[in-house]
Amino acid sequence: MTGIGAGLRRFLIGLPFIWLMVFFLLPLAIVAAISFAESADSIPPFKLIWTMANYRALCSGCLGAYTNSLALAALATALCLLVGYAIAFAIARTPGVWRQLLLFLVMLPFWTSFLIRVYAWIAILQPSGLINRLLLASGVIEAPLPLLYNGFSVTLGLVYSYLPFMILPLYGSLSRLDESLVEAAADLGARPRRVFLDVILPLSLPGIAAGCLLVFIPAVGEFVIPDLLGGPGTLMVGKMLWQEFFDNVDWPAAAAVAMALVALLTVPLLLAQRFLEREGAA
Amino acid sequence: MIARRRVSMLRLGALLFGFAFLYLPIALLVVYSFNGSRLVTVWGGFSARWYGALVENEKYRDAALTSLEIAVMAATIALVLGTCAGFAMNRFGRFRGRLVFGFMLMAPLVVPEVILGLSLLLLFVAAQNWIGWPASRGIVTVTIAHATFAACFVAVLARAQLTLFDRVLEEAALDLGARPLAVLWRITLPGISPALVSGWLLAFTLSLDDLVVASFVSGPSATTLPMAVYSSVRIGVTPEVNALATVFLGIVFVMVALAGWLMARQERRRLATVP
Repeated sequence: MTGIGAGLRRFLIGLPFIWLMVFFLLPLAIVAAISFAESADSIPPFKLIWTMANYRALCSGCLGAYTNSLALAALATALCLLVGYAIAFAIARTPGVWRQLLLFLVMLPFWTSFLIRVYAWIAILQPSGLINRLLLASGVIEAPLPLLYNGFSVTLGLVYSYLPFMILPLYGSLSRLDESLVEAAADLGARPRRVFLDVILPLSLPGIAAGCLLVFIPAVGEFVIPDLLGGPGTLMVGKMLWQEFFDNVDWPAAAAVAMALVALLTVPLLLAQRFLEREGAA
Repeated sequence: MIARRRVSMLRLGALLFGFAFLYLPIALLVVYSFNGSRLVTVWGGFSARWYGALVENEKYRDAALTSLEIAVMAATIALVLGTCAGFAMNRFGRFRGRLVFGFMLMAPLVVPEVILGLSLLLLFVAAQNWIGWPASRGIVTVTIAHATFAACFVAVLARAQLTLFDRVLEEAALDLGARPLAVLWRITLPGISPALVSGWLLAFTLSLDDLVVASFVSGPSATTLPMAVYSSVRIGVTPEVNALATVFLGIVFVMVALAGWLMARQERRRLATVP
């Protein structure tokens, strides 16, 4: 502040600020405007008028996709929390060098192609896939289980893809945890379960909140996972938006789908700003 | 003692299960990329034929070149924007618009990609109507889109490293009469260089990996690698994609190992300078 010249300061704030205004906020305003437009047979394929038709169509026909998305994202977030907490806890209690390696291994998958990692599950879950072959060969089942193109495979895909985003903030919280508080509770006679529920869990709440938001918000609007692993019963908002835009070439309808999704995610997004800001500042 | 051993077994179990879950699909991809059979689930003996097919596949080669070009440009722009933003958030305390700025920096990290993609496309279409730019959609529009969300990730890394950076060095340089810009260029930026390197690499991978945003904002002139892969995967499972994934994994592994090594080196240096 005192050290950096006023001109430099203006540049450092101004450049990213203007960029994000133009390429993030302004586009959202345009989506909002076009969500009230009318689809037309022209280039670009819409006519700017003021109509609520897109939103009316949304309410009458597409609510299922929203409830599907919310339910699947919530389920996946809960499962991520369960699995992620166990892993983050175990990593936080691992000594020095190993801990760094384990953290590295958590991050490595999300540096690799997301699309290809999701696609890999098709070969595992399909009727002639790895799991069904193993189960058939061992005689546990008579006919292949329907593991693919349903709620199960979509949830599995979501948990698999977003697990690292849950583990990292949880690990951050748990590794900062003051060990002496845990010892004090144990010394005063608390059983391990009590120590966990009364000391460790409350102290890791910021990490839990950050992790859940990092998983839940993108999961609600996920496209690749419901598209590759989902079936007709698991239509999600992200896929519906994609279909309106690419298959039906109805841009105003796609814009309305997007605006409804933004509205749905407003509260989680504001929460995310609070919790992630705090994590980032720490 | 017995209770403690049980807890540690539980911990080991959580780690084994967790990492098996994360790595099983990736391991299978690598194994099946060497499968001689066309059927992905039937083992037909060891073969490198899919790698041969991959090299000869012009669609993938062109798409890979397009993706690389976009990723290098987008990562570089994102590095500049993200570093500026990291400074703004870390050094300037409360300035006018900080809340909005913070929101714009955080939101692209989590907002669903379909929204980012659709909104940017509609912006480009509107801009084309109003000011005649961009004349067509392709490499330039995808680069801008990728730079925008990647910059937010770079900002997180830059900001975290700036928090750790010892400002005494900057103050010393200023006291000795260095101009602010010189201090920034010769003291602060070299000091946070590990975050800048890993930030660039992260932006590069994010761009290389993106399917959804690119599908919206690209035009017929530019097909990125994920777009090419998606169009094959949609038709059915193809062994060539396994080979491609394995090549990809190898490259990413080398790059991430490099970034990890840089960060570890910096950490050692930092610890060495702490009295």
